[in-house]
Amino acid sequence: MKLTKRHLLGTIAASLLVATPGIAFADGWQPRKPIDFTIMAGPGGGADQIARFIQSVAEKKDLTNRPLVPNNKGGGSGAEALIHVSGTNDPDHTILVTLNSFFTTPLRQANLGIDIQTFTPIAMMGVDPFVLWVHKDSGMTTFEEYVEQVRSMNGEFVMGGTGQGQEDSIVIAYMSDAYDLDIKYIPYSGGGAVAKDLAGKQIMATVNNPAEAKGFYEAGDFVPLLAFSDERMPAYPDVPTIKEKGHDFSYYNQRAVVGAPGMSDEAAAYYQDVFTQIFESEDWQGYLTSESLSPLWMDAAQQQEYWGLQVENHKKLLAALGE
Amino acid sequence: MRNGEIVTAGVLALFSLYLMWKSTELPVGYIAGQGPGGGAWPFWLSAIMLLCCGMIAFNWWRGTSPPSQSSEPVLDAYGWKMLIMVGGGIVGFVALVNIISMYGAIAVFLLYYVKYLGRHGWGLSLSLALITPLVFFFFFEGAMRITMPTGMPFTDPVFNVLYEIIY
Amino acid sequence: MEILALLADGMLLALQPLNLTMIVIGVSVGLLIGAMPGLGSVNGVAILLPVTFLVPPGSAIIFLAAIYYGAMYGGAISSVTLGIPGASTAVATTFDGRPLARQGRASLALVTAALASFVGGTIANMLFTLFAPALASVALSFGPPEVFALMLLAFATFVGLGGDDIPKTIFSICFGLVLGSVGFDQISGAPRLILFEMNGFLQGIGFLVLAIGVYGIGEMLWTIEQSRGEVSKTTPKMTLKGMASDAKEATKKGWKGTFVGSFLGFFVGVLPAAGATPGSLMSYGVAKMISRKPETFGQGNPDGVAAPEAANNSASTGSMLPMLTLGIPGSPTTAILLGGMVIWGLVPGPRLFVDETEFVWGLIGSFYVSNAAAVLINLAFIPLFIWMLRMPFTVLAPMIFVLSIVGGYAATRDMFDIWLMVIFGLGAFFLRKFDYPLAPAVLAIVLGPIAEPTLRQSLLLSSGDPSIFFTRPIAGPITVIALILIFMPAFKMLRRKRQPA
Repeated sequence: MKLTKRHLLGTIAASLLVATPGIAFADGWQPRKPIDFTIMAGPGGGADQIARFIQSVAEKKDLTNRPLVPNNKGGGSGAEALIHVSGTNDPDHTILVTLNSFFTTPLRQANLGIDIQTFTPIAMMGVDPFVLWVHKDSGMTTFEEYVEQVRSMNGEFVMGGTGQGQEDSIVIAYMSDAYDLDIKYIPYSGGGAVAKDLAGKQIMATVNNPAEAKGFYEAGDFVPLLAFSDERMPAYPDVPTIKEKGHDFSYYNQRAVVGAPGMSDEAAAYYQDVFTQIFESEDWQGYLTSESLSPLWMDAAQQQEYWGLQVENHKKLLAALGE
Repeated sequence: MRNGEIVTAGVLALFSLYLMWKSTELPVGYIAGQGPGGGAWPFWLSAIMLLCCGMIAFNWWRGTSPPSQSSEPVLDAYGWKMLIMVGGGIVGFVALVNIISMYGAIAVFLLYYVKYLGRHGWGLSLSLALITPLVFFFFFEGAMRITMPTGMPFTDPVFNVLYEIIY
Repeated sequence: MEILALLADGMLLALQPLNLTMIVIGVSVGLLIGAMPGLGSVNGVAILLPVTFLVPPGSAIIFLAAIYYGAMYGGAISSVTLGIPGASTAVATTFDGRPLARQGRASLALVTAALASFVGGTIANMLFTLFAPALASVALSFGPPEVFALMLLAFATFVGLGGDDIPKTIFSICFGLVLGSVGFDQISGAPRLILFEMNGFLQGIGFLVLAIGVYGIGEMLWTIEQSRGEVSKTTPKMTLKGMASDAKEATKKGWKGTFVGSFLGFFVGVLPAAGATPGSLMSYGVAKMISRKPETFGQGNPDGVAAPEAANNSASTGSMLPMLTLGIPGSPTTAILLGGMVIWGLVPGPRLFVDETEFVWGLIGSFYVSNAAAVLINLAFIPLFIWMLRMPFTVLAPMIFVLSIVGGYAATRDMFDIWLMVIFGLGAFFLRKFDYPLAPAVLAIVLGPIAEPTLRQSLLLSSGDPSIFFTRPIAGPITVIALILIFMPAFKMLRRKRQPA
């Protein structure tokens, strides 16, 4: 039995050497099964699009000898995905594409018993900034006009978002608090639905990632008023940041890949290598630019440190939201 | 059937009550200025379900619905046997998935059904039981890229060979 | 004119030998995938993604359209031959398709479905060609109140669907709606109805879990029990002549439903939030309403197969519209397509029709060709599916169970859902014995998760004032019509009771 297995592994490794000479792999660990590529969101949203883009780059460059099989588990703000990944019986073949619900969901639902520090860091693919958008027919062109408009409407100003405790609601909550705004918030099922209802003027403003508003922005329907990034974004050089307005606040959605808890060091090294190659590929760098994401490369130790920092930050932000 | 009708209605009424109770974890009332709370939709619908169970019981008492007039047993000897053999077979099938993998479970289930319940010959039974999982494997894993459960670790050597063929 | 020239270019491109081969392969693969319970166009399109790197983008689009159409046609096959709706859009097809198959007329049902799908797809393509940008603005004017009003209208068509036992029908509808609310409350973001504190319920209960449980397991057990295992085989024979006469009969008896389905399906499909399922359901209801013999619906009326099939094909084409013009995916399939377009360097959205005319019209042109290829290939495959029905029942039955379990897993990738499916199947068997209609529950689990959030979003918009459903220009009339339809049977019953007195 033992002999056959070793023999088999040898054949696999040998055949792979022939098939994919470009990969420099550590200790020769290779996946033996299709890789469960769990996505913390339902099909169609920003996170899903990014995950599928990553998968297609891996596919195109033939970076893995077994396919990445996308597996959408968006239920319960990603709770479903976290349970699935942390309970897997094969951690070496299970990886997860995360967004900020990676931090918020375990905080909001302590009963899930998820400790994100047990997950294996793999790669930080980039961070997605947030922008405040209004429809061009509203006539607003500056953030000051927006603040004035919201105040004049006495709580009747309607904004849409992806739900209480979600990334955009955290940003809106901070903004409302900082400028003393009274906003009516309508939760939708995803960023795409929010963008559609802003385009149809069912709602008056949104806070959304540039990727999801881009089509309407280019058509001239959406007007960006304020960015929640650290510095002005290259694609929107005229849009001021909230930092310029005197509030020390920035907020990004993380687009990171993490491994299941208990993944072996060899497997982690393999995936880190694969995703480094994807990160450095022209396709991904082009995607970062066209969709206005910022690269934020970190090694494994830095990622774990970053997680700790984000958990602390989100604790405060959620507390401010009243959760 | 007559007894079965009221027992079914009773079980469904209890389930409706459970759903109502479970819904109250979120507000079930009408929040002024916001509309119904998070639990309102399932709570009131479950309440309608409970009401329907009451009406079913009333119809049972009046004897207007066909099952409440029938004196036949819900399941006769054949019915029980069928339910245990076929229904039990399906439960066994699903239980086996986590042990001997999806494909192994398909083979066992088909062999059991076609040979034992269907009383077909060994030739047909064995060929169905062996060819179906193989075809499914190449269809789902190879063509569709959908991975099925592989069961306990002891099945790994087999799957390693199979994966080697398709990738 | 320019549009027509571009469209012709698209069609010509699709007719090149390489591309025609891709279409034939794509449609055949799509047909098989669609016919498999649990798998649908979403799986077909997902496997396409890697292929798009091997062939030129033009051919990739054509391949995609072919798989998409093949899968849409395939949905009816599983509904008719296995009695399991492979997708929520095909539930209404089982209402009359299954009785027809039971009467040994599966070929009539399949031929009707194929022809209706073809007409539906063609009409949808023409509407798409003529009105695409204009319809995009209609889609935008549908906010939460309008979508809720539309859902109310879809529920109104339920009224005629249930059995004779009214409390049991209402129970079934409510049961489906409550099951649909399991998981998370979208508005407050809080977990809801996590039954027995099992984490598996966090993801909610999918349509397929209930549908495959009810039809693939429950109905099958019931059939075995009723027939004492001796299913009387009405051996359907398949000849070219027989198919021709089926086609004739299908045209004669199914044209009304086909046209209702084609137009209604398209307009409902264009609305991103609604999708093809309410479209096919409403078409079935309308076809029944305008039929001269509404009582034959549910007994095997070809009109009842034609309407939902024309509608779901038409709606699936219609759902491409918000994806292309607004960049909003109306279904998981279009979501993956959207991802594909981003990879090809296209920006879906309002500018696409202006900036990428060649891509857009090439895609639509290949829709026309794929649709035509799909109907031919589908008709050619029908004898194969009929032959499958001639398998001994003791072989067909275990195959259906296996397909149910495997298909269910392929759709959900979770063993928890498979156990749930088995439980639903056993429960459905008993409920079926006591005359509980289950189709309303299966449809309610699809419509509920659209209806509830839109209801509450609307009320949030209006600060809790329900008059929002009556005062908005589009929502108002729809709500009123829906309410009239819902209360009409009750009103009729009251009148009937009064008259003898």
